[in-house]
Amino acid sequence: MPLKDDHTITADTFLAGIWKENPVFVMLLGMCPVLAVTNSVINALAMGIATTFVLLCSSSLISLLRNLIPKEVRIATYIVIIATFVTITDYVIQAISLELYNALGAFIQLIVVNCMILGRAEAYASKNRLLKTITNSLGMGIGFSIALLCLGSVRELLGNGSLLGYSIFGDAFQPWVVMVLPPGGFIVLGAWLLLFNWIKERSAKTTSEALVTQKEFSNAR
Amino acid sequence: MTVDVPQNPTSQKRAPERASSLSMIITLGGIAMLSGLLVVLTWQLTLAPIRENQRIMIEKAIFQVIPGATQRRSYALTDKGLEDLEPQSHANKNSSSQDKYSQTKAAKNSTLKFYAAYDVQGQLKGIAAEAAAQGYADIVRLLYGYDPQCQCIRGFSIIKMAETPGLGDKILTDENFLDNFSALDARLSYDKKTLGNPIITVKHGSKNNPWEIDAISGATITSKAVGKAINQGAEQLLPKLYPYLQQLQTNSSLNALSLNLKKEKGEE
Amino acid sequence: MIELRTSPHMKASLSLPQIMRHVVYAIIPICLFAVYQFGISALALIIVVTLSCLLTELLFNNLSNKSTSKKNSLSDYTALITGLLLALTLPPGFPLWMGAIAGFIAIAMGKTLFGGLGFNLFNPALLGRAFVQAAFPVAITSWTPAGLTERFTQFIPSSLTLPFTIPVSMDGFSGATPLALQKFEATNTPVSNLFMGFTSGSIGETSTLLILLCGAYLIVRGIMGWRIPLAIIIAVILTSGIFFIFDKSYPSPFFMLTSGGLMLGALFMATDPVSAPVTPAGMWIFGLLIGVMTIIIRLFGGLPEGIMYAILFANASVPLIEAVSQPRKFGFVKEKVKKKEAQ
Repeated sequence: MPLKDDHTITADTFLAGIWKENPVFVMLLGMCPVLAVTNSVINALAMGIATTFVLLCSSSLISLLRNLIPKEVRIATYIVIIATFVTITDYVIQAISLELYNALGAFIQLIVVNCMILGRAEAYASKNRLLKTITNSLGMGIGFSIALLCLGSVRELLGNGSLLGYSIFGDAFQPWVVMVLPPGGFIVLGAWLLLFNWIKERSAKTTSEALVTQKEFSNAR
Repeated sequence: MTVDVPQNPTSQKRAPERASSLSMIITLGGIAMLSGLLVVLTWQLTLAPIRENQRIMIEKAIFQVIPGATQRRSYALTDKGLEDLEPQSHANKNSSSQDKYSQTKAAKNSTLKFYAAYDVQGQLKGIAAEAAAQGYADIVRLLYGYDPQCQCIRGFSIIKMAETPGLGDKILTDENFLDNFSALDARLSYDKKTLGNPIITVKHGSKNNPWEIDAISGATITSKAVGKAINQGAEQLLPKLYPYLQQLQTNSSLNALSLNLKKEKGEE
Repeated sequence: MIELRTSPHMKASLSLPQIMRHVVYAIIPICLFAVYQFGISALALIIVVTLSCLLTELLFNNLSNKSTSKKNSLSDYTALITGLLLALTLPPGFPLWMGAIAGFIAIAMGKTLFGGLGFNLFNPALLGRAFVQAAFPVAITSWTPAGLTERFTQFIPSSLTLPFTIPVSMDGFSGATPLALQKFEATNTPVSNLFMGFTSGSIGETSTLLILLCGAYLIVRGIMGWRIPLAIIIAVILTSGIFFIFDKSYPSPFFMLTSGGLMLGALFMATDPVSAPVTPAGMWIFGLLIGVMTIIIRLFGGLPEGIMYAILFANASVPLIEAVSQPRKFGFVKEKVKKKEAQ
């Protein structure tokens, strides 16, 4: 059965999560932390790293054990594995900084229900070899973190006039309070999705146009 | 019968693939054990830094509300009297877990938990206690510092709040507002049963008495929450605490400290 | 001499631009009174907000390639009305740059992103105001007293704040609104002042009398339905009346009716034909919901004024309201009846 699988690791294995299958901007997975903890860059970064860590560890372990896990109990097994790494992350963040831990609140524990992670386990790690899974999960994790940072930077910049806590616009800047409040999360996410889809649509249009002209060209020849 | 026909081949086909219950149990059990091991390992490794972080966090808040303090001890006031919540000493630590359990249980029931803060010489500088009241967005939880010498509130720090940034959270930055807490009067009444004057928040610019808090204009609700929290907290704690103030000053501060110091030195 | 035609007889209905032109006529007196009360700051605010709305509409027309075709939505006055109404709900000293942002958000987020006129779920003007209320909570609650003597020669200092900077403090310049006075300081403003409009507040909300007259013009002209405003007023009187009867420390129904933006909201915002229900029974439910919600927010909420959130909330419930208030179809037998008969 493993012979059927394609084991070659291409750049696409890694890049899929960052652009073509970006968990936030394309697949719209894991919206709960995306909206809830992106009110500052540092929170977004911490959440991104924590999620990437959980994703990477759980996917690797699942990939290693993929031939041992009976099909009937696979989801239960995945959840136990994911929950383990979430608990580990929870303790480690508490040990690093309680302030960060309080800022992230329940959303650290809620990584366990981030459907991106279970989705990766079910759709990828359970079918692919370790190295390929690691490459793909890393790409997904980075893609997720980039999306969180996109939201976090805009929200902190407008909502607080700062980036990573450093004031950018000076003291006279009027902060847009709404941006650090929950509605701001929805507004900024909407704006990013708009931009992302606009770019995708445009690039799709130009490639299809290019294809058409190519065809015409070859027809003319 | 006709319905069964297409099902039969599939069930036959699936039957050999179906894992035995034993292998399911083994896999799940094995993974659960592995998970347990990993979690326990992390817990062991991170326990000390987490405790340290929590201690630093509480002390930072206490030393902020009681200027000049460098040490603190936790106490609880129960119906029976004053209880020391600190692990008494390293020798006592293993004596009986039963005792410790009942102690913490008592502390939970009493609700009147407070911290006594001391300066370098071990002299009581003030009492810090938690209080809470409904703010604009959510409950505002804060820690206030009471100075028994001047019988006044010396400051507060926010433990948790969700007030509107730029509006409600001005209570942390607005200098006029913080000036209220240079010496907010919290004298007890003559019979020592209640506060002499309830601490109240008044409209911006109309503070006349030392027990009034001048509200921030535009953040009246949050200002009022701070006043209400401190008033309720002080009203509950201070009259009950009054008989023990002397004890706190002398008994546990110097003696316990010197004891602790000796013990620590001995261990080293 | 009499030409007989079989029915149905068609009557040319008013076109959209015609209807909207009448709405603009009805709003202009309120704008003039606002300028009279609050001076050149109010005038500048109205101009900036309206321009911002029109330019945003133009921008999105261009983006969606509607600018050249007949679909150009600038000519139907709706963006102009959104701009004027939005300006009327802002405080007089509101920084002009914030007003411009409010206008942009109102049209961009409130209208064009939903697909333009006719597709928006929420009243665009109120959406713009809700955004700036959440974004700049200090600026939007800094009020200025009406009728200052120097109002025609000087701007209110905070009006001319440089873009993206914090407006100057309004200390000494401020005048709390009647609702805020009532809520936070238990001071009642004389009802005659409230009725005529010589109080502080958002520039267009102060005069109950004027808004009633302008609204009556639209109702008489048949442009605006009377059900929604009437339902709101009835609900406000009943709800606040109950509280007032049992506890006189609550404000009277008449105070509730004449203070704040209630009249402006009831007559010009809630009646927005796009975001209000279309069924007559639905209009009643919609209006009653707004009235009750307004009073509840005013009495028990953190904010002194609740009409804006009440209308937005009711806008969000319109699909539900319409689902339960479908009129009977003539000539059809109800499904339930059919089933019963079949049994």
